[in-house]
Amino acid sequence: MSDGESLANTRKRVAVPKTYKLYVGGSFARSESGRVFPVTGSDGDFRANAAQASRKDLRDAVAAARKAFDGWAGASAHNRGQVMFRVAEMLEGTRDRFAGEVADVEGLPLPEAEAVVDTAVDRMFWYAGWTDKLGVLLGGVNQVAGPYTSHGGPEPVGVVGVVAPRSSSLLGLVSVLAPVMATGNCAVVLVGPEAAVPAVSLCEALATSDVPGGVVNVLTGEPTELAPRLASHSDVDALDPSGAEESLRGELEEAAAATVKRMLDVPLPEQDWSEPPTPKRLRAFTDLKTVWHPLGE
Amino acid sequence: MTEPKPRPLAYAPALESAALARLREHYRPFVDGEFTGGTGEPFSSVNPATAEPLAEVSGSDASDVDRAVSAAEEAFRQRWTPIGGTERAKYLFRIARLLQERARELAVLASLETGEPVRKTTEFDLPNAAAQFLHYAGWADKLDYAGFGPSPAPQGVVGQVLPSNLPLLLLAQRVAPALACGATVVVKPAERTPLTALVFGEICEQAGLPAGVVNVLPGGPGVGAKLLAHPGVRKAVFAGSTETGKRVRRDLAGRGKRLTSDLGGSGVNIVFADAAPEEAVRGVVEGAFFNQGRVRCAGSRLLVEESVAEEFVARLRARTESLRVGDPLDRNTDVGALGSAEVARLSELLERGVAEGATRWTSPAAPPHDGGFLPPTLLTDVQQSMSVARAEVFGPVLSVLTFRTPEEAVTKANNTPHGLAAGVWSEKGSRALWTARRLRTGVVWANAFHRFDPTAPFGGRGESGDGRVGGAAGLEAYLDV
Repeated sequence: MSDGESLANTRKRVAVPKTYKLYVGGSFARSESGRVFPVTGSDGDFRANAAQASRKDLRDAVAAARKAFDGWAGASAHNRGQVMFRVAEMLEGTRDRFAGEVADVEGLPLPEAEAVVDTAVDRMFWYAGWTDKLGVLLGGVNQVAGPYTSHGGPEPVGVVGVVAPRSSSLLGLVSVLAPVMATGNCAVVLVGPEAAVPAVSLCEALATSDVPGGVVNVLTGEPTELAPRLASHSDVDALDPSGAEESLRGELEEAAAATVKRMLDVPLPEQDWSEPPTPKRLRAFTDLKTVWHPLGE
Repeated sequence: MTEPKPRPLAYAPALESAALARLREHYRPFVDGEFTGGTGEPFSSVNPATAEPLAEVSGSDASDVDRAVSAAEEAFRQRWTPIGGTERAKYLFRIARLLQERARELAVLASLETGEPVRKTTEFDLPNAAAQFLHYAGWADKLDYAGFGPSPAPQGVVGQVLPSNLPLLLLAQRVAPALACGATVVVKPAERTPLTALVFGEICEQAGLPAGVVNVLPGGPGVGAKLLAHPGVRKAVFAGSTETGKRVRRDLAGRGKRLTSDLGGSGVNIVFADAAPEEAVRGVVEGAFFNQGRVRCAGSRLLVEESVAEEFVARLRARTESLRVGDPLDRNTDVGALGSAEVARLSELLERGVAEGATRWTSPAAPPHDGGFLPPTLLTDVQQSMSVARAEVFGPVLSVLTFRTPEEAVTKANNTPHGLAAGVWSEKGSRALWTARRLRTGVVWANAFHRFDPTAPFGGRGESGDGRVGGAAGLEAYLDV
């Protein structure tokens, strides 16, 4: 453990290490495969062993997301907003711990890492405020000719698969996860080894902020192994390939074609996650529904 | 009295003159403002009602695709985006006026090439096509307020591959927003229905539209594939069947190309016991048989509450019987022609349905001759698992299923990978809206069916595709946002 050296010098107490597990259906569990991979800091030193998700874990995560979907999509927009504000509160409350982790895995000086965490908290807060405004942003009244009332409103697409950003462990993850949650979708997120530590900590924040189990499922592992499975899974409705490398993109697009999955158009290389977000992701993960009804006496 | 009773409501034919269509013997691709080229495979446009050729069409080949895309690229840079939204708007307005002026000619031409009754092309297709251009003319100089942020950039050259049903309306739904956004287009109409699209090229000419802004390439699926894969095409739009749509998307995977798909998916009508019966019967019949069922949102499945099913189906038959099947150019015709290939496909689907246990009833309405016609057909005793209940029907075939509770109705309605359109019939507002909320479709008509308007977004969910036509949402496909 990282404290080993200092222990020898100072006889400090031995820290209790955290086990880095998958977050599926609201619970933390090891991979059914028993596989782990070593997580290192930006200095290359060993930090922990994290669970390496398998294809079976992926299928379980999709099933958990589907199971949670009706409840989350059916919750009031106000309620979803409250849950997401609570996540922002939890992140704020553990700011220092996240800053330490981000500094460690991304090799940032602590003040910079603190700024990144602040932006991540603000990002969650920004999206939380959108939950009950999607109707005016994306829908509205259609002024049809004829004796009908017609209106449109966005509805969640369902289960969204996300390949988490590789360039930004916490801010990137929050930036892709929050819009999926805000639109009433459930997420299955693949996180690469480099971002595993802050990702698991984020899951702990989610687990303690009233986010119903299954709304967010996070699998640490090798995205090149699992992302094509996510793209081809028939019960995944949309894919955000943000963290997928260029070499993987064509394969993901091809796999997604068979089920006509919505595919978010994301730039290569990854965007700068500190840039202010736009409603693009909210639009991408919703389908507009138009409802008509005749008028008459 | 031994004489047979005369059929009630026997109408004398009221034929529209085919000459109104001003058919020419030969049609060529419309590229860079001229009707030229077409060195690909020539083909005949065939009247599905008579199986007789309407005209010869010069098919496009790879060089035509190259020329059209280059013309569209140059027009995009030099002649279309730079003139600004206000000027573009007036061109769209001109096109709308020309469509209105030439509506009768185009309605007859559309009826000839598609088999759709001329009354419908006149009352539905043409006014709606013109309305698209009028609506989007207004958007061209207001894109900053369309909800995509300030100064949204156009996509550039757009390739559009279109299907054979309602060809002019479906073209207008896609060309109008593209032009409003400042994009230029290369359109590949369906092989079976190129004529209205080519006359649309003439309308662009008459509108004085700068050369290359709209290009039309007649031809088969190979031309469409070449067009969408062309490196100069920034944005691909495919409208057609789900099966072909999946293939198109696979072919374009990894090419760094954006694609919007408007795919198939038979629609559904849910009739609750408390529905107003006359309105519901009318809506279900119109939903299933409008344009011979050849619209992707056709209500090809009926879910009727078990307690009223028997009576409702009897009423359905009575009304379906009154539909007149015949010459599409007869203004009294309700159900027109399909063409013999489509009739063969549907006959096979019906046979499979019957083999799986469904009961077939076909309207006794006599078509003018065997071949391109299929009278409206009901399949009862249909189960959710049967192929006919899951297939993209795209023809005048209505499958009837029953349900007992609203939950069951919703579950059955949603039990398909498609999700385009649904109708809900109930006099109880809360129930109709409860059902509308739970249906996984892009459109819900409550106590109505087949309502369309250029201000109202229309499009699918799931395997019915991700595109929207109509309203501000219809601009998204043509903007880099």
